[in-house]
This record gives sequence, C-alpha cells and structure tokens, in this order.
Amino acid sequence: MVVLTRTTVAGRERVRGRRRRGEDLTKVLFVLPAAVAMIALFGYPVVKNLLMSLQDYTLKTFFTGVAPWVGLQNYSTVVHDKLFADAMLNTALFTIGSIAFQFVIGLGLALFFRNRFPLGGLLRSLLLLPWLLPLIVSSATWRSILEQDSGILNRTLMGLHIVNDPVPWLNSPSVALIAVIGVNIWIGIPFNVTLLYSGLSEIPDELYEAGQLDGATGWRAFFHITWPNLRSVAGVVLMLGVVYTIKVLDIILGLTGGGPANATQTLATQSYEKSFVDFKFGQGAALSNILIAISFVFAIFYLRSTRRAVDE
Amino acid sequence: MRRTAYTVIGIVILAVMLFPVYWMVNASLQPSGNTLTAGFLPLHPTFTGYKRALDEQGGNLVTSMIIAAGTVVLSLAIATPCAYALSQFRSRWVSIGLLAILISQMIPGIVIANALYTAYERIGLLNSIPGLIVANCSSGIPFAILILRSFMMSLPPSLVEAARVDGAGLFRAFVAIVLPISRNSLITAGLFSFLFSWSDFLFALTLTTKGGVRPVTLGIYQYLGTQVQNWNAVMATAVLSAIPAIVLLVAAQKYIAAGAIGGAVK
Repeated sequence: MVVLTRTTVAGRERVRGRRRRGEDLTKVLFVLPAAVAMIALFGYPVVKNLLMSLQDYTLKTFFTGVAPWVGLQNYSTVVHDKLFADAMLNTALFTIGSIAFQFVIGLGLALFFRNRFPLGGLLRSLLLLPWLLPLIVSSATWRSILEQDSGILNRTLMGLHIVNDPVPWLNSPSVALIAVIGVNIWIGIPFNVTLLYSGLSEIPDELYEAGQLDGATGWRAFFHITWPNLRSVAGVVLMLGVVYTIKVLDIILGLTGGGPANATQTLATQSYEKSFVDFKFGQGAALSNILIAISFVFAIFYLRSTRRAVDE
Repeated sequence: MRRTAYTVIGIVILAVMLFPVYWMVNASLQPSGNTLTAGFLPLHPTFTGYKRALDEQGGNLVTSMIIAAGTVVLSLAIATPCAYALSQFRSRWVSIGLLAILISQMIPGIVIANALYTAYERIGLLNSIPGLIVANCSSGIPFAILILRSFMMSLPPSLVEAARVDGAGLFRAFVAIVLPISRNSLITAGLFSFLFSWSDFLFALTLTTKGGVRPVTLGIYQYLGTQVQNWNAVMATAVLSAIPAIVLLVAAQKYIAAGAIGGAVK
C-alpha cells in the first residue's frame, strides 16, 4: 500500500516535470515564427547592407557572383559625390520642415478637438483619411492639384489675382522642395493630431479646475498645465516623426522623382537611385547605412533625454 | 450656441483637410484628356475614366488584392502567438523582443529592399506574388504584434488557467479561448496589415523587374510618368485604390469606439 503510494507520487511528479518541459518547448514555439520572420526581414537586411556597403556589389555581381571587398571605398565615393551635400541638406530641410508644421498644426487641431461639441468625434476620426491613403494615391492627387498650367491651385490663385503667372510648383528647382514638404505636412497632420489628442485626454481635468482657481486660463493654462503634462507624449511624437520622415521615399518619387535638377533628392531617394537605377548596390547600401545611423543618433538622444527626465 | 460654432469650425477644418480627396473624386469624373479642366463640381460626370482604369488596371487591382490578403494571413499567423507570448509569459526575453520591434521601425524600407532583391534574385522570388507577400510582412508583423499585445495585456491569466485545469494544453487554450476573445483586435490588426500591404509602393517598385506581377500602386506610378496622358483614368485608379482606406476608416472606427467603451467599464 505504502509502496504503491510512493511510486504513484514519484510517477506523477515525473509526469509533471515532463509536462513542464513540454510546455517550455510550446512557449518557444509561440515566439519562434515571429523571431525567424523578424531576423529574416530586419536582421538579415541590416547585416547584408553592412556587408554590401563594403563590397563592389553591382549588376555584374548577379552574373559572376563576385563582389570584391573594397573597404570603405563606397562610403568615400558617395560622400564625395557632388549630390551628397545637397541630399543631406534636403533631407534635413524636408524632415525639419515637415515635422515642425505637422506638430504645430497637429497640436492646434488636437487642442481644438478637446472642446466637446456635436460631431466632434466623427470629424476627428474622418481627419485620419489622408494618413490612411496609399502614399502613391496622395502623390497622384497632389500632382493633379499642383499641375502648373491646369492644376486647381494655380487656377484658383490666378483667379483670385494672388499670382499673375502660374507657379511651377513641381517644375522649378526653387519651389519643388517647398511643395513636397507641403504635401508631406498634409499627410502627417492626422498622425500628430491622433497621438497628441490622446496625450491631451490623459491630463486630468482637476489640474485645469485647480488652475482656474489660481487664474490660469487660456494661454497661461496651456503653458503651465498642458505643455508640462504633454511633454513626454510630444517627445514620442517628435521622435517617431523624425524616424518616419527621414526615410520617406514614396512621396518624393511620386511627386518629383527627386527632380527637377535634383532639387528634391534626399538620402533615401539617392540610395534608391544608386541601387535600383544605377545598380550600384554597394553605394546604395552605404547611403542607406548613413540614413540608419542618423536615425539611431536621434533615437539615442531621445532615450537619453527621457531617462534624464525620469531621473530628475 | 458656442458648441454649434465649434462644429462649424470643425467642419471647415475637415473640408480643408479633405479637399484633395474630394478633388481626386471630382477629377476622376471628368472627360479624358491631358489637361485638367475640372470645375469645382462634376456637373457633367462621365465614367470613361473608370472604364479605362478598370480596363488597364483591373488586373493590377486583383494582384494588389491577392498580395494584401496573403500579407494579412501570414502576418496574423506569425504575429498572434508571439503577441500572446509577449503579453502573458514572464521572461527577460519579453523586453528584448519589444526593443527589437521598436528598432525595426527605424530600418528604412530601402534597406530591406536592397537585401531582399539580392536574396530573391538568387532563389527566384523576384516578380512573384509570394515574394511581395513576404516583403510586405515587414510592415504587417511588427504592427500586428504591438496592437495584439496591447489588447492581450488586458486578458486576465485566470481565463486561460481555468481551461488548463480542465487539461487543455497551452496551445489548445490559446486557440480555443484567446483567439475568439481577441476577435476585434485581430480584425484591427488584419485591416491595418491589409492597408499597409495594399499601399506598398517601394517593394512593388524594387522587387519586380518586368511586367508579370504589377500591383496597382506601381500602375499609378507608371501612369504618372513624365507626362500624364489621361488624368481622369489616373484619378479613377487613385479613387479605386483609396477604397480600402475608406473601408478601414469606417470599420476601425467601430473598433475604436468599442475599445473606448470597454475601457470605460473597467
């Protein structure tokens, strides 16, 4: 009797142990497909780009299978390219211009929609549409609006006698970048409104009620209550904005293709052209690695500043 | 009174923001031609643009549809178990996984395209629908993991434990209990994966080299070329390509509303 009990207990424990081990395996299987996918779709490309940027990887490589190692030569070639400085400047102007306006307009609209009024929720969610449209659809639409001779914008501006001659929005090197930034601002506003609105909703009403007693209303309420409480959300919005905007490619290719006269070339469009138009994959990879490096610098700055804020 | 004024201002803001979308529809209903003569209202709408769009881009719309549907299936199949693991299992790997997902958002599409092009060239996936489905999962999977995880964080562990006491294994409990309960968030993640893949332009542009497989975004890009021949066909194709975004806006709004109410009850 006693012996029997002992063996059953031991047996049960053995079963439980086996089940636990089987379970650990199941747990791994839950994550494994995603881990493989993430490594294949992100890890492999990053490593492959690093290697390619150190190789003379061209169209010939696909036939011969040979890609000689050239050290940092691709980097020095792309950096000394006469377009590189322009592309850097355009990337900076495009990113800063887009984000500054998206953020300010987005914050204004988010504050406006915090007022409770009939249809407010519906109007706010319809505002998301420009963000959900395929970028190439937005590009096509704006191409038609900005068309120099018959686009509705120039026709309206001339009809109202604001300009005498049609503005070559996408055809002149001096205005094309401004037009492209303008379109990108339009696309990015909904994203900013949505995130900032949810940030504003998190600020407890009591703060405003208490502020009202101290005479903090309107602008003073904004600077003393809203902004300090919104800062961490604003930081996230701006950081995501930089990371997403710096790599924008679709909009520029759809609107101008980097032209006219390379006036709208950025690091991303240059990288695309090097790889898929000139088939100099090594140089394209070098440019995209510079792009990633800049993104990472921003992310690290952001993480350090939030950590400091938490420490304080 | 003041609230009505706010509504009026809100409608004006929306009208300004959505004017380009209106203009896209308006221009799609104009007679064909390489100039844009549209008035502010399509007083004499014609559907020749749509006829031409369907003739020339109909096949591409179907291609886009197949690729987007495939991306949804593959992304959800891969992301859902992982989202569950990241929300319920206790392990130091959870934060590493989340960090990896966040970093992945910083990788430009052109980097992925560069690497996949060379790999696809070797294994023969260029100009193929499966190749584009896999590439588009790079936007679907991380997003689906994040959305599903944030929902599954709210699931009480007791729910699954009850089933486990009845002898169900981890995987069976996941299929029988977690999946049905997560229906709404699965729909949302699926809709967004569909939209990301449907909107993809970069992979369509780089991972196809000849005519065989051509998503509609690439069709629009080729229409745009240097000189647009038929604006109404371009804009009609744009309108047709915008339909999934509009459907998503309506469908996901329902989910967002349900989520807000669910949060309020708790």
